[in-house]
Amino acid sequence: MRNKRTELFVGCFIVLGVLAFVYLAVQVSGLAFAGKKDTYQIMARFDDIGGLTSRAKVTIAGVAVGNVESISFDKELYMGLVKMNINSDVDNIPSDSSVAILTSGLLGEKYLGISIGAEDDMLTNGSELYDTQSALVLETLISQFLFKSDDSEE
Amino acid sequence: MVDTYIKVQNLSFFRGGRIIYENISLSIPRGKITAVMGPSGTGKTTLLRLIAAQLAPDQGTILVDGENVHALSRSNLYKVRKKMGMLFQSGALFSDMTVEENVAFPMEEHTRLTKAEIQHVVLEKLQSVGLRGAAKLMPAELSGGMARRVALARAIALDPELVMYDEPFTGQDPISKGVLVKLIRQLNDSANITSVLVSHDVEESLSIADHVCILAGGGVIAEGSADEIRASKDPQVIQFLNGEPDGPVPFHYPEEDSSNRFAS
Amino acid sequence: MKTIALLGGGLLDWLEAVGRAGIFLIQSIVRVPVRFSESINLLVKQLYSVGVLSLVIVIVSGAFIGMVLALQGYSILAKFGSEEAVGQLLALSLLRELAPVVTALLFAGRAGSSLTAEIGLMKATEQLSSFEMMGVDPLRRVIAPRFIAGVICLPLLSLIFSATGIVGGLVVSVGWLGVNDGAFWSLMQQSVYFDTDIINGFIKALCFAVVVTWIAVYQGYECIPTSEGIGKATTRTVVLGSLAILALDFVLTAAMFGDF
Repeated sequence: MRNKRTELFVGCFIVLGVLAFVYLAVQVSGLAFAGKKDTYQIMARFDDIGGLTSRAKVTIAGVAVGNVESISFDKELYMGLVKMNINSDVDNIPSDSSVAILTSGLLGEKYLGISIGAEDDMLTNGSELYDTQSALVLETLISQFLFKSDDSEE
Repeated sequence: MVDTYIKVQNLSFFRGGRIIYENISLSIPRGKITAVMGPSGTGKTTLLRLIAAQLAPDQGTILVDGENVHALSRSNLYKVRKKMGMLFQSGALFSDMTVEENVAFPMEEHTRLTKAEIQHVVLEKLQSVGLRGAAKLMPAELSGGMARRVALARAIALDPELVMYDEPFTGQDPISKGVLVKLIRQLNDSANITSVLVSHDVEESLSIADHVCILAGGGVIAEGSADEIRASKDPQVIQFLNGEPDGPVPFHYPEEDSSNRFAS
Repeated sequence: MKTIALLGGGLLDWLEAVGRAGIFLIQSIVRVPVRFSESINLLVKQLYSVGVLSLVIVIVSGAFIGMVLALQGYSILAKFGSEEAVGQLLALSLLRELAPVVTALLFAGRAGSSLTAEIGLMKATEQLSSFEMMGVDPLRRVIAPRFIAGVICLPLLSLIFSATGIVGGLVVSVGWLGVNDGAFWSLMQQSVYFDTDIINGFIKALCFAVVVTWIAVYQGYECIPTSEGIGKATTRTVVLGSLAILALDFVLTAAMFGDF
């Protein structure tokens, strides 16, 4: 009798540990087990990715529709190459849409925002977005502002 | 010449620079009860541990049934130990098992008997020590004397050839002592076991022992049958048997010579 | 001259103790119980006394530490207007650092000390010698199941600690302080990586588990079998165990998260 109860408690303990692990994996790190199959991949090149990281979200009209798969350096064009996965149910993004690196809040994470174009052709797996807007880097912004004000005074 | 089961030859053992045994030899006859007696602190328990090869001697050999136990490999030693049962001073019952499980433990470890067969032997052994009714109790619920009897049942569970009793009478009331004396005698006669008894209780030991050894001061001071010991003229033996406070066995614990302290 | 000799002697003694402990560890791993059903039974018993009985203290402290972190983090992050990042702060500090370290410290105090005391008492009451006399290796019967149970339990407890900590922080920050829960989760999910954070935290807990349980069973096995000796050994388990956890944590953190 005592043995049976011990076994029961130990079973509960192990299940609890595994549940905690799954909870951490899915809910906290956002690991998606079946996420791979129903997405398609598109890419974009940026002059400056400015702190964008892989797994950052991709949004249209502020709604998350995918995430960044990888970021690499394009050696020929000296640009940052960003590959992203878009949920396959969002299959009507016009091919002339533009993509920008945005920041949530002053210190928040960087993410990608797609602005919808007007073409009839839609993006498919492997397409590239050519109209890109780089990240706003605070230092560049300030120096531009200073130079501009110099120009206007002259 | 008597048949010797355990032969101790020129044994020396030191602990922490103090001599426990120096060059002692003694023999323990087969199928008899041998009592090893001596004042507290002469390392009687140590002798049992040496025989069981839990400790290794600094010099000399111990032959158990013709085998040098200290030269055996680990697995062979464990095989020899299956022929030995030991009753520890405190009983040493496993505190997380019931009485029944304690007695069953050596059989579960070393035999291929079924659960029902083991159960049968367990009850039989408990019956022989008069504690069949206590089978379901935990060791903590037993009195000291009962714990020792359960430990005895466990020690004989595998029908060993040799049973070693470490101070079986210490701290027991006269009735328990009597029960233990009777049990030891009975076991020895019914199963033809060789028994080694370590004790400083003179009366009980002499009453059941066939063969007696008295240790003192690192050596054997007397060996023989109980009657020979009683008749001994050796002043050390007389002092021990009569319990005189001072005599050849000194009242004072030897002081360490300060010049030797670092040499050892 | 005498001091040098004494120092040298001390070093040699220390090295010898380390060597003995190492051999002890290897022997108790190698000599896992032979019969499967028996070893499972022994292990379940130990999993119960080492793991299940530590569950309450781990859950309660996990929840409180998560709640305190949320409060503290919120008051600082609110100054920068990014109080949503409290989820990120909570998850990263718990997974990478607090859960393995605090759980291991609690484990050393709760389970480690009782392992040492239990084994020490078995030694004092001659139960260990008794196993040996019956031809049963106490390392495999007594030490191995306890060691394995400790190594299994601590990482699980650490995971449970993280999870309850995050839930505790969620309750305080979202339920009480009014942080937006969508932002709470999305910021957390963006910054927490499964492999670098969760797996590394798990590996940390596993390393602590080996070290703490090793110290606990060794101190019990090698203690002087008197009431004073057992008391000292128990204290040593907690002190040495805690120090070892903190020192090892530094080394592991440098190795895992150091390459910035």
